Amino acid sequence: MPKAVAGPEIERLIQLLARLPGLGPRSARRAALHLIKKREQLMAPLTDALDTARERIVICKACGNIDTQDPCTVCVDPKRDPSVIVVVADVADLWALERANAVNARYHVLGGTLSPLDGVGPQDLSIDALVSRAHDPAVTEVILALNATVDGQTTAHYITDLLHNANVKVTRLAHGVPVGGELDYLDEGTLSAAMKQRTLI
Amino acid sequence: MHWLDDGIVLGVRKHGEANAILELMTREHGRHLGLVRGGAGSRMRPLLQPGNSLRAIWRARLDDQLGSYTVEGLNLRAGALLTSSHAVYAVTHLAALARLLPERDPHDVVYDSLESILNSLDDPATAAAHVVHFEMQMLAELGFGLDLMSCAATGQTDDLVYVSPKSGRAVSREAGEEWRDRLLALPAFLAEDQHGAPSGVDIGRGFALTGFFLSRYVLEPRNLGFPDARAHFIAAISRVLPNAA
Repeated sequence: MPKAVAGPEIERLIQLLARLPGLGPRSARRAALHLIKKREQLMAPLTDALDTARERIVICKACGNIDTQDPCTVCVDPKRDPSVIVVVADVADLWALERANAVNARYHVLGGTLSPLDGVGPQDLSIDALVSRAHDPAVTEVILALNATVDGQTTAHYITDLLHNANVKVTRLAHGVPVGGELDYLDEGTLSAAMKQRTLI
Repeated sequence: MHWLDDGIVLGVRKHGEANAILELMTREHGRHLGLVRGGAGSRMRPLLQPGNSLRAIWRARLDDQLGSYTVEGLNLRAGALLTSSHAVYAVTHLAALARLLPERDPHDVVYDSLESILNSLDDPATAAAHVVHFEMQMLAELGFGLDLMSCAATGQTDDLVYVSPKSGRAVSREAGEEWRDRLLALPAFLAEDQHGAPSGVDIGRGFALTGFFLSRYVLEPRNLGFPDARAHFIAAISRVLPNAA
């Protein structure tokens, strides 16, 4: 076991930082040292920001998004099209779509995808709430923006079956060649899906 | 220790940020898990989708370790299956059934059947018949094979229309008439080599038959229920073939 080179408070800080995604023990040590060196300029505001976030973060009861208000900023935005719901697996996917400025609609965060291997069933996801939202007469389209994986598409088909009786158009994202993708490097599955879903120019 | 084998992806689970634990149904080494370095990355993810066939090299210092896989795609069919509901449910259901087999126990017939079924999931009726056959094969591999070749009471080999829920053996129409309410229906496509796709009613009877024995002899003793994907697959089939549910 390596010898401790700092007090227990600093070691604890390093251990906690090492739990963050993208950080290992070495990079956590570097981050901790950086924070300690910039105690006033960085560590104090970061501590305040973490404290505030911890106290104020809530899950939106309508869509499952993370925000500091409930309903969330997306749900209360009057400029968004209330007739379209974009279904995503996680908040990270919502943020990705917002970054891309791809759609001006409201969202529904499922909280994951169906996965028998990980023991995730329909009861573990926010599917009932989605079905109830889709039955709102104001909603005309549900876009299933789920991963192009077997788990993601199993979830998409499951939701499509459940929305069979709702008076909404159910659509999903296209599968195909990514921007910058070279055909001879693409897997056969993607090529096959892209060929099946080719569009008229 | 190392070996090279062909395998079908049954499932994959992230391990840490960059790696994944891959579950393969291999031809010679059975259901086998291993770590794929970089398996959670965007380059490897298309390969590691359930239903894809891969060529895998497994390496470990000792035989009983998890070991690591190096994989290369052989038939990346998962992408083509994603748009069809019955196909994705079938892949999930077949993987759940294969997961009932003990790890590292070779079952080359299961591998060959999986390979064959996954290549013929386009047509719902054919896919459904294949899945029923696969469930029967899984019963046999797990030690509860049904004997549908001859009548348990008379030994006759024709006009077999029932199956005894006690013995799992076929019963002819004549011999079973008196106990017909207690016997399970044997669909024609399981009793004899039938050309062409079976009817929705026969598919439904096939699932009822295999479902009964899977539930009683395989799932209940393990304190398990049917995978959700089975019911979803049957529902997807019944939208195309009425009476299959």
